[in-house]
This record gives sequence, structure tokens and C-alpha cells, in this order.
Amino acid sequence: MAELRVRVPSTARQGEVIEIKTLLAHPMETGHRRDVYGKLVPRQIIHTFTCIYNGTEVFRADWHPAVAANPYLAFFTVATESGRLRFEWIDDEGTVYATEADITVV
Amino acid sequence: MPLRPTLPWCRALPVSSLSLRERVGVKVAAPPAPTQWRRRGFLGKLSVCIYAALLALDIADAGESWLYSVEDRRSGYTYLSEENQRLQDDDFANPGLLWVERGRELWQQTDSTAGTSCAGCHGDATASMRGVRTRYPHFDPQKGKLINLEQQINRCRAERMHASSYPYESDALLALTTFVAFQSRGLPIDVRIDGPAQSFFAAGKTLYEQRRGQLDLACHHCHDRYAGQRLRGDVISQGQTNGFPIYRHTWQTLGSTHRMFAWCNTSVRSEPYPLGSDEYVNLELFVAWCGRGLSVETPAVRR
Repeated sequence: MAELRVRVPSTARQGEVIEIKTLLAHPMETGHRRDVYGKLVPRQIIHTFTCIYNGTEVFRADWHPAVAANPYLAFFTVATESGRLRFEWIDDEGTVYATEADITVV
Repeated sequence: MPLRPTLPWCRALPVSSLSLRERVGVKVAAPPAPTQWRRRGFLGKLSVCIYAALLALDIADAGESWLYSVEDRRSGYTYLSEENQRLQDDDFANPGLLWVERGRELWQQTDSTAGTSCAGCHGDATASMRGVRTRYPHFDPQKGKLINLEQQINRCRAERMHASSYPYESDALLALTTFVAFQSRGLPIDVRIDGPAQSFFAAGKTLYEQRRGQLDLACHHCHDRYAGQRLRGDVISQGQTNGFPIYRHTWQTLGSTHRMFAWCNTSVRSEPYPLGSDEYVNLELFVAWCGRGLSVETPAVRR
């Protein structure tokens, strides 16, 4: 179960501020809840999100247990050159959810 | 003990919400007064006529858009905050769409000894599944009782695909149901309650009006009498099911109609029926009929 979606404008002018939207299916288990037997459900959240634009990190976020399940994140960056944006979500189990999107700068 | 209008939530003011026309952005102009009309010259009258024609066109366009209210029946959407309405309308941000995508994969997946998938028989879901959601639950002559969409999917899997049934409320069943229901988005709910479905409809109505639980409340006490008013921090809706399966913030996940019924039953401190039970399917038919004509909103976002 790793549905994720990213929306990046396919073309942009150089120097334009572009909005990037992301959504990932993830339970974001807080680690504070108990199961029916009273045992703590282990924490299982995404703790790091990064966006790498042609090898350079342009955005990073550290997340904590208060973030809701299926986290949605929108942020802005400047379109500098044509190339590839790489998005990575890393969770407590060490799973890396990653996807890429291309952008053409004119 | 009957509910009296002295209870705290009965004193609260009804929550105002957008009218349907305001929602679709139609500005309703007051018609010109007769004296003004006489005073207007030919061009003035012409411009009024043109404006009226444009307005009529605008409303005609709006008529093709979704119906969030029909007569006195209001979708849960009209009780939502503006932010949640926007979340539902945005096909990127609406988390329910994640299940639609998962369902789209399952639709193509060959998962049986018969070597076929949903798409093997039904082909392109956008055409073959259009309007299906609006008719469920319906009477099934083979079983001699009502079945809902989830049960129909499982029956198809068992009989045509020779595959194992998905457990009720499992992620896979929710995803497929959402995917199939998604194809009917915008179409009006149109369930049949005549003929063989009549007695099941009556049973559902009885359940809806039956007091239950420690709080001794029936569905209709809240959802008919006090819809639009507050129950503690929450606004009571009419309990329409046109958006199900819904993405519910309280659950942080997608849930079926029966999960909602069970949740409501537990909230009045009564023992819920099992998910997928005949009692809930009957109730589902009655509640669907209560929302007849409302557009399918699957996957809707609710609190």
C-alpha cells in the first residue's frame, strides 16, 4: 500500500514560483494509542520528507506524531532549470516512499 | 423519556449554510419593480431581458451540476465547513481518491482460479459501472433478500471469479466499492422500494424509528427532528448516505455505510449489528430512499 501522488506543473518560466502538492497514503500511527488488549500500538509515522531538485535539496520537513493520516503537503519552490524533482518520505520502519516528476523550464 | 426542547442542543441556533444557488455561484437578482419597468426605455427593457436570459442559462448550467439538496433533503455536504467542502471538491487533496486508485488497480487484477478480473467481464468501468451505485441496495431474487454494493462485489468474486470473498470493511473491499461508486459520481440516488423490496424497506424504516441503547434514542430523533442543530461540538446532519463510502476525519480513514451505522449505534450505547448484516442492509435501503435524488458524492469527506 503505497499510493502517493504529486502534482508539479509540467512547464514553468525561469524564476517562477511554483506550487508543488503531495499526498501519501500512510496510517501515521502516533504511538499513543492502545489496542484492545491495552498494549501500546508502536509509533509508525513518517518523520522526514525531502524534495530534491536536480540533486539539490530544496525542501525538507520533519514531522511529528500530531500529523494526520494520509498526509497532504503543499509547498513552493523556484523553477530554476529543466530537470527532475525527487520526493522522499521516510517512516519509522525505515521504508522510503519515493517518486519523481519532471519539469520543463522555458 | 421523550426528548424535550429544553435539552442544551435543542436551544442552540440552527447552523446557517449556503443555499444550493449560492454554492454554485449564481447571483439571484431581484426582479425589477413594475414602476421601474414602465420607466425603462426600450434599451433598458432589452438589457433586462438579456440579463434574465443569461441568468436563466446560468441556472440551467447549475441544474446539470450536483444536487446537494432536493426539496427538504440535504446532503451531509451542506453541513460541512467551507474547508471540508473544498477538500471534498479537490480531486487531488481528497484522501478518498487514494482508495479509488487502489480500486482501479484491483479492478484490473486477476485474482482467481477462473483467471479473470472484474475488467474481464465488465470491461471499462467508466461505462459499465456508471449509475450502478445509485440503485443499491436492491432486491436480489436469487438470495430472496436485499444486497448492497459490497455484497454484490463479493458475490461476483465468489461466483464468477471463484476467488475468496473480501472481509467486510477490509481495505480491498472498500477500495473496490469506492472505485465502483465513484463512476456514478454526480448521478441522483434512485433506489427501488416497490415490489419485493417493499417488506425490507418497511423493516429498515422500523429500525430507523426504533428506540435503542442506554440513551434510548432512535435514528430519527437526531436525524429528522434535530438535523442542523448542535450535539455538543458537532452539527447533526440528516444522516444521508449519498457520499458513502466516506473519508471520515474521526476515523482517519475511509469507512462504509455499515461502519457509520455501527458507530452511531455505539454512540447511543447500544449493541451494533454485525457489518453486512441484513438489518443494516434494510436500514441502508431506507436511508438511501430518504436521500433520493441527491447526487452520489463518493468519496465524500465528512467530519
